[in-house]
This record gives sequence, structure tokens and C-alpha cells, in this order.
Amino acid sequence: MKVAVIVFPGSNCDRDCLDVVRDVVGASVQPVWHRDTSLPPVDLVILPGGFSYGDYLRTGALAASSPVMNAVRAHADRGGLVLGICNGFQILIEAGLLPGALLRNASLRFVCRVVGVRVERTDTPFTTRYVAGQILALPIAHADGAYWANPQTLRQLRDEGRVIFRYAALHGGSEAEVNPNGSIDGIAGICNQTRNILGLMPHPERASETRLGGQDGLALFQSAVDSLCGA
Amino acid sequence: MAIGGSESLETIDARVVARHGLTEAEYAVLQSRLGRAPNLVELGIISVMWSEHCSYKSSRVHLKKLPTTGQAVLQGPGENAGAVDIGDGLAAVFKIESHNHPSFIEPYQGAATGVGGILRDIFTMGARPIALLDSLRFGPLNDEKNRYLLERVVAGIAGYGNCIGVPTVGGEVVFHELYSSNPLVNVFCLGIAPKDRLFLGKASGVGNPVMYVGSRTGRDGIHGATMASEEFSDGSSAKRPMVQVGDPFTEKLLLEACLELMSQDLIVGIQDMGAAGLTSSSCEMAGRGGTGIDIDVSLVPTRETGMSAYEIMLSESQERMLLVAKPGSEEAVGTIFAKWELEAAVIGRVTDTGRLVVRDRGRVVAELPVGLLTDDAPKYERPLAPPKFLEQLQGLSVEGLPTLSSYDQALLTLLALPTIANKSWIYDQYDHMVGTNTVVLPGSDAAVVRIRGTSTALAMSVDGNSRYCMLNPYVGGMIAVAEACRNVVASGAQPIGATDCLNFGNPERPEVMWQFAMVIEGMAEACRALGVPIVSGNVSFYNETNGLGIYPTPVVGVVGKMPIDRVTTQWFKGDGDAVVLLGETKEELGGSEYLASILHREQGLPPELDLDAEKNLYGCCIELMASGLVRSAHDCSDGGLAVALAECCLAPVARTGATIDVANPVGIRRDAVLFGESQSRMIVSARPELAWRVLDTAARWGVPAVQVGRTGGNRLQIAIDSEMTIDVAIDEAAKAWSEGLPSGLKGT
Repeated sequence: MKVAVIVFPGSNCDRDCLDVVRDVVGASVQPVWHRDTSLPPVDLVILPGGFSYGDYLRTGALAASSPVMNAVRAHADRGGLVLGICNGFQILIEAGLLPGALLRNASLRFVCRVVGVRVERTDTPFTTRYVAGQILALPIAHADGAYWANPQTLRQLRDEGRVIFRYAALHGGSEAEVNPNGSIDGIAGICNQTRNILGLMPHPERASETRLGGQDGLALFQSAVDSLCGA
Repeated sequence: MAIGGSESLETIDARVVARHGLTEAEYAVLQSRLGRAPNLVELGIISVMWSEHCSYKSSRVHLKKLPTTGQAVLQGPGENAGAVDIGDGLAAVFKIESHNHPSFIEPYQGAATGVGGILRDIFTMGARPIALLDSLRFGPLNDEKNRYLLERVVAGIAGYGNCIGVPTVGGEVVFHELYSSNPLVNVFCLGIAPKDRLFLGKASGVGNPVMYVGSRTGRDGIHGATMASEEFSDGSSAKRPMVQVGDPFTEKLLLEACLELMSQDLIVGIQDMGAAGLTSSSCEMAGRGGTGIDIDVSLVPTRETGMSAYEIMLSESQERMLLVAKPGSEEAVGTIFAKWELEAAVIGRVTDTGRLVVRDRGRVVAELPVGLLTDDAPKYERPLAPPKFLEQLQGLSVEGLPTLSSYDQALLTLLALPTIANKSWIYDQYDHMVGTNTVVLPGSDAAVVRIRGTSTALAMSVDGNSRYCMLNPYVGGMIAVAEACRNVVASGAQPIGATDCLNFGNPERPEVMWQFAMVIEGMAEACRALGVPIVSGNVSFYNETNGLGIYPTPVVGVVGKMPIDRVTTQWFKGDGDAVVLLGETKEELGGSEYLASILHREQGLPPELDLDAEKNLYGCCIELMASGLVRSAHDCSDGGLAVALAECCLAPVARTGATIDVANPVGIRRDAVLFGESQSRMIVSARPELAWRVLDTAARWGVPAVQVGRTGGNRLQIAIDSEMTIDVAIDEAAKAWSEGLPSGLKGT
């Protein structure tokens, strides 16, 4: 599998994604600068977390207009895989590649901690290695992660099985721990209709090594590898 | 040479001199050294360079006593940050700095720019910052103003650190009445650099271009350094415009641009424009290089029109750097900064004149000898005198203290004190995982990060007990060093270096200066004995408002190194393990949290510190961890043995109880057994079949050790000589500990 990690001004999880894909997953990976107008030949494009353009205007809004995003859109149209993590998810929404909006957390504060995340669907290229209903321990770190969509969109997402991850109780946590940011319907991650674009607020790249507390996120990258190898 | 400029037309009278914070005597020295009266631009430059903040004029004679060298030290104090060799061809670059005054006036921006400033100090040296820690002091949370300050300071630290993507991995917070009008915000940062590529703030090579890079200059923060060298009064909120405004996004671009620049062979020196901005960076670079510098302010990129030379030289606009480029590399530097959408401009040259020459459109507006601004700035040996109240405070009769009928409630009360309680309300707001190096998340004794590409991890802790320092500054200074080291040792690491942030009141008061001198003596002795050189630091005086000063508050940051397999945390790891107490428990209640918060007395002498015993404890613990004998280790500090045991039980995921029975052979007071803060103690746990080996190892190191109980169950039970004195449900302890800070913030 060949992977590109897009670097926007203000991206700050780009190096973490590069490291995990190269050192832990063992795939070939390269950074791509946001001003580039084309992508190298890759199978998966990752939009990493961070504060692209300092989150000025709205999270992800300015990055969504970066030159490279046309190439990302074309890559997705060809059926290529696109993964947006945290700020990357926000950018995918602002770019219109995923529906809905990500609003300020209900607490109005930035929140960083490990939360429970339930795998709702395994029929995406990113989730085949999981079991439906499996609860993952994944870190979140964001101030604007409350997913919102209008009723029609929400119905469509549910009907089409496009809610991929929901926040869930991890070792019997309280209600606030179950939904850490006030997302509608506890939504933590969704995909597009053709299921090749996934956006999620939790950080799988931070949960890929036992040394850092767990490997629940690693299978997401490995699933993507499998899908490309026809496994 | 004629000195021009419209500013020089303003008459410099006693009022103007006083407004610049110079004393009459200092102004007289200035005139005689200069052989003439300065003009206004020169007076402005002198006033910031001679401010306490920049010149260390009251502290220099004392700071010299701190040990600053050692085998591993690559860079000691005097540069942007210190550096220590950590093997594998790498250096750990670190420093702690205060941003107290700005944070009181405008807590969000004050704290945010504190983070921004220390980050620049680290990446100026060529290091990528990988960890931030904060040491904070506030007044009690029953006061709305203090709740506001805590919330906004935390938000400011989060706003800057999270955005730039450097994890805030640990820290400490203490609440005490004396910080109500003088909160402290100390920020520690550590970065990693190749050890043969450390960049220094030196202007060398006559004729080399001097370049300005980063953000544009505005009118913000003018005279910030002078403000930080004064006491506050009720009118201090009017100083809000002196506080700089931070832009972490620009700093992120600056960080990446600088590291890209430093990966190529383009520059000879670089320095952050922090306090006193362009003035201090240009003077200090020339001072270190033994050269002169000639700059033209009309070439400086500005964000407003019509800025005068005075304003440009004294602005503290953030996210800027001054660098000296190699000849002919100006264009390559410019290309890198253009890629990151930042300014880069040649504003002058390095000279051999030993003078700082400032021009405006070619015309000289200031000309001063560099030495006068740096090494030859005034130094004071200020008078010292112990506070008159001290003997009275130190005299505590332990026999006269009341005894409690039950200690359960005392334990729960201590656990709920915001100083001791769970700090997750704070650190959940910090991205403590970005960078994917954080091995031990916040909450344990020390923060631990791994060093990529090596088998090494670094542990870091920031500590300082100001009540001890008030009661005995010498012992308090020693303990500040020892406690930070002990936290690092508890996580498995060998301390290798330290940095200090010395927060004190007005140095013109002999009592404050005496405390300062004594704290330094104590720190120096502990640093020598424990083998931890001070490689960087910062002094913050004038933490006084309306004449009321803070307790002497040295904050020591210690860095330790270990093989990553040795990482240990403070929490018990399951049922049935043996609990062993290392170290000796004495009848020491003086200065303790128990005495202050339960018996409402801030009195007595702080606990003794035997540096040999302390050192043996480190050796013993590190051997225990290296041989895999212990599963947890936690030092006994605020709240003593009982609080430390509770903290061992309150693991983030799987809590466990413990049944403890402590022998009290010499019959000291029960509350001293439970809550006394005797030093050089550690609680470790081990598989029961290995307990004898733990005791055996301790005996070889000459460390007193006794198995005091077992882990397990859902209660924490502590008996003294088999008589139950504390028996609380773990859930109850967890509730008190978890709700202490959030309920304090609700004002309840």
C-alpha cells in the first residue's frame, strides 16, 4: 500500500501519521505539501489532525480550499481511499466530501482523553479487521468535535449504514464519558456513500502501539492494507 | 557622531527617567559611562536591558553559586536554553520560564505567550520541542477572581500548546491565599536535537547579514520586560496593553521554518525575540559574539504604519526571531520563510565596533556600547536579613497540637484539596498525546516520553514547596531539588539535569533577598550532592501586589533518563502485591499540608533532608526497577504516607484497595505517621514472593525498608501498631479526590 499524508500549514499530527504508517503498519508513505496540485500515485490519502490555518474562520474551512484538495477529490472520485482524522475529518466536511458539521464541544472546552468507541459497521475498507459491536479504546483531542447533521441527512446516514463509529462506554464509564463532546446520536465517524472516504474524530494513530497504551487503532490502517491486497 | 531622530527632541527629565524604571543613581551611572545624556531611543533600550527581568541585576551574584557543569552538560546557563547529552548522538534541550506578571493582567494571553516564549527558546537551539509541563500557583478557589484566573490560564496554555502540537504532559498546581494577587505561571519545555547541531545566539563574522524572520512587528507588549520588573498595585489592570498577544499558528509555521532552515548550512547564530524584543536579541547576540551590530529599523517588517524607532526596538510582538546568516545565504533563508508564508528581511550587519547602532532610514538614532547593555549592566549585592516573624513561626510545639478522634475524614479532606486532588479537569484540556511519544500520561509522579529511534525514555517533573521555603528557605531549596528528582526516580529514571524558575517578591526588601540567597544555597547543595547540574533557568522578582508578596517559590524542573523498559508508574497493579515503605518516618508535621489545612497552622520547621539518605534511596529504587522487582513506585510528599497510599490505590483504570499496618516503634504521634511529610521515602509494590528481595536490596543500599501491607480489596485500611486508624472505601476516596477540583471551580 502506498500512502500520502497531506501537510497543511498548522497540521500537527502529520508526523504521527507518517511514523505509524511507515514504522508500525509497514507501508510506504510520503508527505504531500498542501500547495501541490497533484498527488503522487497512492492508494490512501490521510488528512491528519491539527489546527490547519490555526482553525481561523472555522475549523477546516481554509484548508478545504487548499490547492491539493482538488487532487484529493479526484483521487476519491476514482475510488481511492481517503481517511480524515480529527482536523482531517473537519476538512472533509468543509470540502463537502462528507455531510454534516462539527460544532464546538458541548463542554465548550478542548478535551483530550481516551474514550470508548463502538465499531458500528465492518463493511468499509477501514474496518474489516474489526468485529461489529467491538468497543475500542481510542484517544480524542479536539475542541470542535460535536457531530451534527440535519434530520434528513441523519436518516440517510443511518439507513445507508454510514455511521461507522459511535462513542460508547469504556469500562463502565459515566454518561459524560460515553458522549465526550455532545455529538448527535453519539456519532464519532462516518463514511461517504461509496464507503471509500472515512472521517472520524478519534485518533487511531495514537492507539497503534502497546507502548503508548494500546493498539485498538492499528487495525484501521491494517484493514486499509487488506482491502488493497484483496485480502 | 550626531544622534538624530524626532524622539531625541523630547527632553529627558527626572520624570521620563523614572517612567523608564531607572533609579537616579542608575541614570547617573549611565550618563557617566556614556559621557553624555542618552536620547529617548537609547533610554528606552537601556531601561529594558537594565530591567531586573533582562539584567538579573539583583540575582546574578547569587546565581553563580549553582552548579552548572557536569559530564553530560552540553550547554549551561546563558544561552536560550540548556542542553544535556542523552546518548545516541542526541541532546535534550530544556528550560523553564515564568510568565507571572502578564498572566495576572490578562490570563489567557499571558499564559499563551508564556508557552510561545519557552517553545521559541527551545527551537532556537535547533531542537524540536516534544514536551511541555506547567507549574501553576493560584489563590483559593472560593474567590471568583481566582477561579477566573485558573480557567483562563489553563485555556491559554491549552490554546497555544494544543494548536502548535507540542503535548503538555504534566505539571503541578498549588493553591494558597498568598497567590491571590500574584498567580504564578511557570512553563517548562523540552526538545530534542542532534547534539552536534546545537544553534547558539551568537552574532559572529564581521559583515555577516543580520536577518529578521517571523511575524511582523506591531505596537504590542512595549515595555513588557519593565512591567515584569515592578510590583503591582490596584491600577495594574491598566497595563493590559503591555501584554503581548500570541498566535500559535504563526509560531507553528516559525517552528517548522526554523527547523528546516537549521537542517541546512545557512546560519551562524539565531535568537528568539522574547522579552525586550529586537533590543535584547540584537544586544545579546553581539555580546556573546564579542562583536557589534548595526541595524536599520526602517527595514523591519511592521504590521502598522508610522512606527517609531523607539516602538520598533521595544515591541514585544510574538513569533519573531533574529538570525545571523552565512554570507550569500540570504536568498536561501528567504525562500524557506516564504514557503511557510513568513517574513524574512535583512535589517543590518555584524560589525567589529562593539557597539549597537540603530538607524532609521540610514540616520543613526541610537548608538550604545554593547557591553554597557549586557555584561556591564548594573549588578547589586542587595542587603539580606531574615524576616522578623521567622523564629516565631518556626517554633512549633508538636505536643501542643490537638489530636483528632478519627483520621478518615482528615484523609478525605486532604484528598479533596485542590492542591492534592485529581487534576484531570486541567490536563484533559491539554493535548497530552500529540507527537505519539507520551509513555506515561499525566497523573503519575513524573511525565515520561520516549525518544524516537532509541531505546531511551525521558522523565520530567516540576516541583517546589513554597511553604517549606517560607519556614526555612535553605531546607526548602534543597527539598525543591530533591522532590523533583525523587519524582523522576519514581518513574524509573536517573536524574541528569535541572532547570529552575525562581519566583520571589521584591528584591529590594532584605527579607526577600535573604530568602532568595538561602534558597539558592540549599538548591546548590542538593544539586551537587544529587549530581544534577542546573543548565538553564529564570528569575521572577517583584511578585507583589500592594506590598503583599508571595512565599518564596523556587520551581525546579528535573529531567531523567532511562531505558524505556524500566518505566514505572505510581499505581498499584493488582491484588495481593506486597507494599513496602522505603525510608524513615519521623515526627515531622512542620510545614505539612495536614498542619496547614486540617489544623490550620502554617508553622514549624519543614522536614529534614539528609542528602546521603536521599541519594541512597535513588540508587536503591533504580536498582529495584532495573531488576524488575517492583511494579509501582510513588514518593511520599504533600499529605504524607496516607495520601500517598491513597494515590497508589486511585489508578486511572483499575483501582485497588490496600491493607496496611505500620509499626511505630518510637511512638511518634499518629497524625505524624499518617500525614507527616518526612523526606526520602517511597512506597513500592512487588509480587509477594519477591518482597524479600526488595528488602534485601534496600538493606544493601542502607535504606530503611519494611513491608507494611498488601494490595487488594475495595478499602484502604491503615493501622498503626495493629490498631486501625484509617478505614475508607476506595470509592469514597476516589469521589473526594475526583470532585475536589471541579467542585472548587463551581465555587462550592
